[in-house]
Amino acid sequence: MVWFRKPKYTVAGSPSRKEMPSGLWTRCRDCGEIIYNKELEENLKVCPKCDYHFRIGARERISFLLDEGSFQEYDRNMSSVDPLKFQGVISYEEKLREEQKKTGLIEAVITGEGYLQGHHLIVAVTDANFIMGSMGSVVGEKITRAIEQAIEKRLPFLSISGSGGGARMYEGMFSLMQMAKTCAAIAKLAEERLFFISLLTDPTMGGVAASYASLGDIIIAEPKALIGFAGPRVIKETIRESLPNGFQRAEFLLKHGLIDMIIPRKDLKERLATIISFLEKPSLETCLSEGD
Amino acid sequence: MSIYLEFEKPIVELERKIEELEKFTDSEEMNLAGEIGELRKKAEKLKKEIFSNLTPWQRIKLVRHPHRPYTLDYINLTMDDFQELHGDRSFSDDKAIVGGMAKLDGRPIVVVGHQKGRDTKENLKRNFGMPHPEGYRKSLRIMELGEKFGLPIITFIDTPGAYPGIGAEERGQAGAIAENLREMSHLKVPLVSLVIGEGGSGGALGLGVGDRILMLENAVYSVISPEGCAAILWKERSKAPEAAKALNLTAQNLLGLEIIDEVIPEPLGGAHRNYEESASNIKKSLKRNLEELTKLSGRELVERRYNKYRKMGKFLES
Repeated sequence: MVWFRKPKYTVAGSPSRKEMPSGLWTRCRDCGEIIYNKELEENLKVCPKCDYHFRIGARERISFLLDEGSFQEYDRNMSSVDPLKFQGVISYEEKLREEQKKTGLIEAVITGEGYLQGHHLIVAVTDANFIMGSMGSVVGEKITRAIEQAIEKRLPFLSISGSGGGARMYEGMFSLMQMAKTCAAIAKLAEERLFFISLLTDPTMGGVAASYASLGDIIIAEPKALIGFAGPRVIKETIRESLPNGFQRAEFLLKHGLIDMIIPRKDLKERLATIISFLEKPSLETCLSEGD
Repeated sequence: MSIYLEFEKPIVELERKIEELEKFTDSEEMNLAGEIGELRKKAEKLKKEIFSNLTPWQRIKLVRHPHRPYTLDYINLTMDDFQELHGDRSFSDDKAIVGGMAKLDGRPIVVVGHQKGRDTKENLKRNFGMPHPEGYRKSLRIMELGEKFGLPIITFIDTPGAYPGIGAEERGQAGAIAENLREMSHLKVPLVSLVIGEGGSGGALGLGVGDRILMLENAVYSVISPEGCAAILWKERSKAPEAAKALNLTAQNLLGLEIIDEVIPEPLGGAHRNYEESASNIKKSLKRNLEELTKLSGRELVERRYNKYRKMGKFLES
């Protein structure tokens, strides 16, 4: 079975890239171990020494999780406009072009339907590589449409978030309002008693964490994923203290009762399938409909 | 006692001159009424000129003015019989958010809002209007109380943002805000949200999913603080005025972009120059909006609210 379609990947911002022949070795961002790329691929991009889960892109994630050939993408060509004519150091339009070139993606989310070990579901995966996986109008709209598809087709909804950027500042208040829009759609999904699993991957912060991603019936995280509202740097600057070890990591959230479980990548597919099988459909239809 | 902003200097200078002349008139028994009248007219004209052309950054300075009216000021000036409710019934009472029951012109409502402090002592207590998760949980409890008993909900928004701290993260800041967004989207009673000062990102939106979103004339509402945006994009916080412009965060910008529904006028020189006048403008608008919304059934309200937010966003499909 082919786990990953693209054999080549880069670790953004990794200082080690210059020191090593490209494409052969990667230095682990967590423990510094130098890993042979082939071994890293075979280990699902998890460091064999320290269990650090490397970030993986949305397409890779989908091909790794869903049954081969089962994925049908929605709204593939929906693209961002520049509603504020944003004047920053570079324009938003330039920024978008740069990111599209860098990632090969049109936007920061991929949505669609497919099968996970035979379970039919709707998925929305944000890609942390595209403007930090931030949510602007396109991300909000595609996620909302995906949720609406789940309602229409009576299917479970699985969101996988990798977003360090939260709400995308280039679209100003349009971005912030995507938080309200996606959460309103989740409220509808819940009213329909359809199952929502939220998988939080490294990193899930800001406006994505403070909206749909935190509303799963079941919330799962990958090991060591950075998850939270405010970025660690902002917190450090505000409180002027050093942050505790492991702060805002998946294990920290589990300890504080904020997520249901942590699942290592190698077990993810199997365990997601098991979890979905419990709540795919309401069990005691008659009990639930009574008194409605 | 007065605190003036940089751009108010020319007005202040004129006002000082007027004061001096007035003193002089009193002591020397000279009649300078003519001159004083002229200067008054000039000062008024200058005020109008300056305040009708404020830059986004100047408006930010204005909404951060320490004398600007806060939530409790407006509750006291626009409502009667306010009964404050405390605590999230689980962890603590976050004083950065206040709420309770009150009467608006005799009509029982529930009200919640961010609360800033006016001096250092009060700001420590209010945490500068930056809530912790328990603040959002308290606000939701109060809003749900309103829904249970069919009372309309009014929310006042005035926060630099939800608090970025260790305890806030430990207790699930992101989740608390997300739950407010989800639950507010389907409360079956009228919900009017009014930005009275700073609308700081997710921390503001956490009280902001209304059927109507209103803003005071000088209020701002933004996805990120201008300082934060400047630090990320320009790599220097001093570019905040540029960021403020780029972010389109003024009430006028957001009305034009159809993000908000209405701009409520402030007295000349800003809300802090005349609390009563600001409060009276707010009261009129709240009453009118509630009158319209109370004609709708709970189901209609929720459907319209869903569609309101559903439509937000600009994108291209090809």
